[in-house]
Amino acid sequence: MSAFTLERDARSRLVLTAADGTRHEGVLPVRAFPLTAADEGLSLVGTDGHELAWIEHPAALPAAQRALLDEELAQREFVPVIERIRAVSTFSTPSTWEVDTDRGPTRLVLKAEEDIRRLAGGALLVTDRDGLAFRVRDRFALDRGSRRLLERFL
Amino acid sequence: MQAPADARPDPLPEPLRRRIADGENVLAGLTVDLDAALRFATGTIVLTDSRLLALEADGSCQEWRLGAGLSLSHADHAGVGSLELHDGARRLARWRYTLGADPQALKLAAAFERQCRVLVSGPLPEDEEPEPETDFAADTDSPPSTWVLLRLGRFARPYRRELLLGFVLTLTATAAALVPPYLTIPLMDEVLIPFQNGQRIDPMYVLGLLGGLLGAALVAWGLGWWRTWLLALVSERIAADLRTASFEHLLALSLDYFGGKRTGDLMARIGSETDRISVFLSLHALDFATDVLMIGMTAAILFSINPWLALVTLLPLPFIAWMIHIVRDKLRTGFEKIDRVWSDVTSVLADTIPGIRVVKAFAQERREAERFREANRQNLAVNDRLNKTWSLFSPTVSLLTDIGLLVVWAFGIWLVSKSEITVGVLTAFIAYIGRFYTRLDSMSRIVSVTQKAAAGAKRIFDILDHVSNVPEPAEPVPIGTLQGRIEMRGIGFRYGTRTVIRGLDLDIRPGEMIGLVGHSGSGKSTLVNLICRFYDVSDGAILVDGTDLRRHRVADYRRHIGLVLQEPFLFFGTIAENIAYGRPDATRAEIVAAARAAHAHEFILRLPQGYDSLVGERGQGLSGGERQRISIARALLIDPKILILDEATSSVDTETEQEIQKALDNLVQGRTTIAIAHRLSTLRRADRLVVMDRGRVVEVGPHDELMASRGAYFRLYDAQARRVDADDDEVRSELAAAHLAGAQASHAAVHAPQATGSS
Repeated sequence: MSAFTLERDARSRLVLTAADGTRHEGVLPVRAFPLTAADEGLSLVGTDGHELAWIEHPAALPAAQRALLDEELAQREFVPVIERIRAVSTFSTPSTWEVDTDRGPTRLVLKAEEDIRRLAGGALLVTDRDGLAFRVRDRFALDRGSRRLLERFL
Repeated sequence: MQAPADARPDPLPEPLRRRIADGENVLAGLTVDLDAALRFATGTIVLTDSRLLALEADGSCQEWRLGAGLSLSHADHAGVGSLELHDGARRLARWRYTLGADPQALKLAAAFERQCRVLVSGPLPEDEEPEPETDFAADTDSPPSTWVLLRLGRFARPYRRELLLGFVLTLTATAAALVPPYLTIPLMDEVLIPFQNGQRIDPMYVLGLLGGLLGAALVAWGLGWWRTWLLALVSERIAADLRTASFEHLLALSLDYFGGKRTGDLMARIGSETDRISVFLSLHALDFATDVLMIGMTAAILFSINPWLALVTLLPLPFIAWMIHIVRDKLRTGFEKIDRVWSDVTSVLADTIPGIRVVKAFAQERREAERFREANRQNLAVNDRLNKTWSLFSPTVSLLTDIGLLVVWAFGIWLVSKSEITVGVLTAFIAYIGRFYTRLDSMSRIVSVTQKAAAGAKRIFDILDHVSNVPEPAEPVPIGTLQGRIEMRGIGFRYGTRTVIRGLDLDIRPGEMIGLVGHSGSGKSTLVNLICRFYDVSDGAILVDGTDLRRHRVADYRRHIGLVLQEPFLFFGTIAENIAYGRPDATRAEIVAAARAAHAHEFILRLPQGYDSLVGERGQGLSGGERQRISIARALLIDPKILILDEATSSVDTETEQEIQKALDNLVQGRTTIAIAHRLSTLRRADRLVVMDRGRVVEVGPHDELMASRGAYFRLYDAQARRVDADDDEVRSELAAAHLAGAQASHAAVHAPQATGSS
């Protein structure tokens, strides 16, 4: 499986050394199925956009490499999780939502109802006007007030 | 149409029969229904083993001896077919007919050709005999039924228990509702009037009567609630079943049905018409049933109390019934018209919204708006006309009601004065009559909704009654593993009145790649559609691994076909779902593998949500090449034995084409491939090229061979090559001209200051 090695260089970029010894700097890990199977299928993509390595099961990697990848992914992926919807400006769109997320309180502008995408298990993906994605882990587990506000948009 | 199903016209017209010698065999015959001036007239052509005889409409007879040099050519145009008899130099005769007789004409022409060959070169080997033809197409034209709503019964059957309960509930609820007026008789006659005459009121008796009134009201309320809820539930389910059934049926219909219908119209039928039927069943039909029961029961009670008064009360009923009948006819046609106009309105939307880029590019927003306004205006006009009739109807019913009430009052007072009835009875009658006539009023409303629902039902059953042109076989032959050998045996196909493919024979070996080449309209796409069995052949047969296509189940067969179209269609959903469209159970690893082989993996990873990104109508914008590669991945994933590429690369630029071509090369390996392409250069990898022209195969062979023979393919290739060269030349000469102009300009610029300086 580990036909390559991963390390972090002085400029804190990921460096991949392939089995044949070629070095690739600035490698980016990309999840193939970020929503439906985040733990499966990870691709390491070079700066030119070409795939350098494919990791079917990241969990099977050595711990050190996995830690590096997780660190990098955490840097790259910014999907705040909505924990509470405090208020919405209007029930028609565009609507400004005041939300509490796991990264702190913020506001987002929902452009259209279609920007709320339903995922499996009551989860939602809310894309705001600027393309930033927010996540709702389970909309049925939200508090009553948030649920009632959310219901009007679904 | 008038042409007999039998090969020879039956019976043979007398003048012809007299001319046919003993021992002369009639091989084929044709009844033509047009004369030389294209007027409808019957003539007959008969082919025997030595002659061709023709009986014209005017009764004259002609005959020709068969032999070398004679030829019979067949053509058709705009619904009229023609057979022309030539000898080497000139036309000897021409017959024309409407296309219903076309199959007979083709048979006659084929028999003629065969017989001529027999006469010239002796008997043919056995296998050239035409195979007996099996008629797979089922074409039923049943007249539209008037009692179309009753056909909903088929959908009501699963709910018959609920419906029966609903009916019983209706019956009891109505009966309960009829109790209160009846109780007014003792209330009036035994409580109020005796009280006026100085007697005391018995509180317990009054309490009992009032209790009865309350009880009846409560029972009627409870039962009515239960009944309404139950029947609403059932009708919603019936409508849902109807909707699903019609959509499923629609999906099973062959492509030509969709070709002939407008999307908006079909959407309106399945969407809003079923909803209308649901409302009709849950509200109006229910109300109507209650009304009928109410009227029947009321009438019975009234007659039991006093037949004479009852008779007078019911007097306006026939008038109203007659009025309803008159208005019904007017409304029925009106509502059908409204439905059609409404489809027009939605059709404008369905046309314009998908084609919005074209609309905007040609700056035709105003025109589309005008089209919509026009459709709306028609909608209004039709509605206005209908409403005129309709608005007159209700007030008239009310007027009749009031007059009826007046009559009852007058007659009742007269009866009371004669002491025939008590005041209580009269009050009860007035109370009943109030309910009675309001019922009649609401009953009259049923006319319009019934007509609307019937019109809707008719349009839905139009879909349901349409028999697929691609019927499922009665005893399907199962498909195991497919080799991918395709043989076409003398296939012909007629689209409407146009013959698109005629007498085409072609054998394709398993794993072979065939390039279909020809001008547009030469029948390439039709041939591919026939191989996919989107349509069925009109003549001949297509055999796959030696079995007629039509003997396999359509879905079984299509599972082995991969199709990549010019305009890849992605459904709303994630990329992963789109790739796995043909095999929803595919694992993620398989999806990724297919995407990789289709050179789609890397660009998919670049999307914000990778394989989970949404595409389709509302999804992520993808370029044409990207969409195409996803559709290639989709075809790869089902691992088809037969692959069809219909202009798969023609909507993208050359660079993207190379990328797609690489993806296609992966796809083609080990599969029988049929590729259509305008750019002949993309077909270089094909094992054989099939050149088509006007529905026939004119040349078959590898590229080099066809180029060497300097035939049709050579001309096509040459024309294209020259056009590319010409384009290049044009560019080059333009560049040169631009260069020259630039040089001159700079030259002038250099000289100009000097000129000004010297002056």
